[in-house]
Amino acid sequence: MSEPQSHGAAEAQLHDPHAVPHDAAHFHNHARLYAIIGAILLFCTALTVGLSYVDFGSREANIVVAILLAAFKATLVALIFMHLKQEKKTIYQFMLVTCIFVIGLFGLSILGFFDHIFL
Amino acid sequence: MEIPYTVKPRPDTGLWNAKIGIWLFLASEVMLFGGLFSGYIFLRLGAAPGHWPHGLLNVPVGTINTMILICSSVSVVFAWAALKMRKFNQYRLYMLFTILCGIIFLVIKLGYEWPAKYHHFGAYIKPDALPKYEQFLGNKHLALHGLEERVEITGHLENPEALTNPAIKEYEIQVDAVNADPKSPENDRPHFWPRPLSHKIAKVAKEDVSFSSMFIPKHSAYFASYFTITGLHGLHVLAGIVVFIYFLLPSSTRLYQKDPDHLANRIEVAGLFWHFVDLIWIFVFPIFYLL
Repeated sequence: MSEPQSHGAAEAQLHDPHAVPHDAAHFHNHARLYAIIGAILLFCTALTVGLSYVDFGSREANIVVAILLAAFKATLVALIFMHLKQEKKTIYQFMLVTCIFVIGLFGLSILGFFDHIFL
Repeated sequence: MEIPYTVKPRPDTGLWNAKIGIWLFLASEVMLFGGLFSGYIFLRLGAAPGHWPHGLLNVPVGTINTMILICSSVSVVFAWAALKMRKFNQYRLYMLFTILCGIIFLVIKLGYEWPAKYHHFGAYIKPDALPKYEQFLGNKHLALHGLEERVEITGHLENPEALTNPAIKEYEIQVDAVNADPKSPENDRPHFWPRPLSHKIAKVAKEDVSFSSMFIPKHSAYFASYFTITGLHGLHVLAGIVVFIYFLLPSSTRLYQKDPDHLANRIEVAGLFWHFVDLIWIFVFPIFYLL
């Protein structure tokens, strides 16, 4: 495999895209954060499985616990792995519109549930 | 002609174009899976008591698959960070690991989990025949404890010819542990470790059965949603693998040599898709395996 040449920081030219960026240490910290988040996600997965066998009184209670945990995990993935913690305004606008539509979609099927054909 | 704004941000959005593109695509994906999830909720809320199965999937295997996907998500962001630090060899290793995780996930899903279901059989008993099969259903015990009644006998179909031959009047089912000892409080809730079939055989007359099938989509709304959603999710995993393999081809090495940040951006975008697929699974896993 041909490893593209990596240039030493000393020879780094201003416009050389292969120079190790001056913020490389910054990405090193990123990587550590990703590893920690990954470990939390793995732990939460085990927790979800474990808690699903605990009797919280009713199946509904178990569902709420599992969905809350899943939502927490999904939030971590979105904020950290998908970089939503620091994104540009345009992306947040997309997300807002998506949320509105998806809530509308879920609302439709809940409305459908109260339709007279089920009575 | 150069495609503009592959690395440099566009002044009006502050973003390079591919990022806008992938987020618009993910928005449409949210609607695609959102429709299926809302269909799932609709079917589940509408299911008659006892008709929404619990504990039919292999939880340890599902847990392992969840963890594999999470690890692959971590390795994609590692690959991206490696590119940003100009460590091309590390990048390739992380990508290889991600692809491997994706393939293992699919092999477990399509090679093990799905086929295991095709060989399992379930027969729904007609309401007026339920008392006749009390020894396999244990509904008196369940009613006493305020639990949903059991209406299905599941297990391995010993005489598969009964499915097609109308002359055979009954199904011989080597029943699951839950039907073998339905009164045991052990069976009131699903188990983490799948339990082997019992040695009991239930002879179920066809005239007492309202519907029967192997565990395939037509078996129930539950399996229909399960196969649809995990199938669509599996297609997404497959698509991700194909894209990641492309990023290991020589063309990507050339792109790296030309402009490493351009390749890093591509990995970021492909990674966003992969994280989304992981995110979907985070919900699929509890709703089908655990709840």
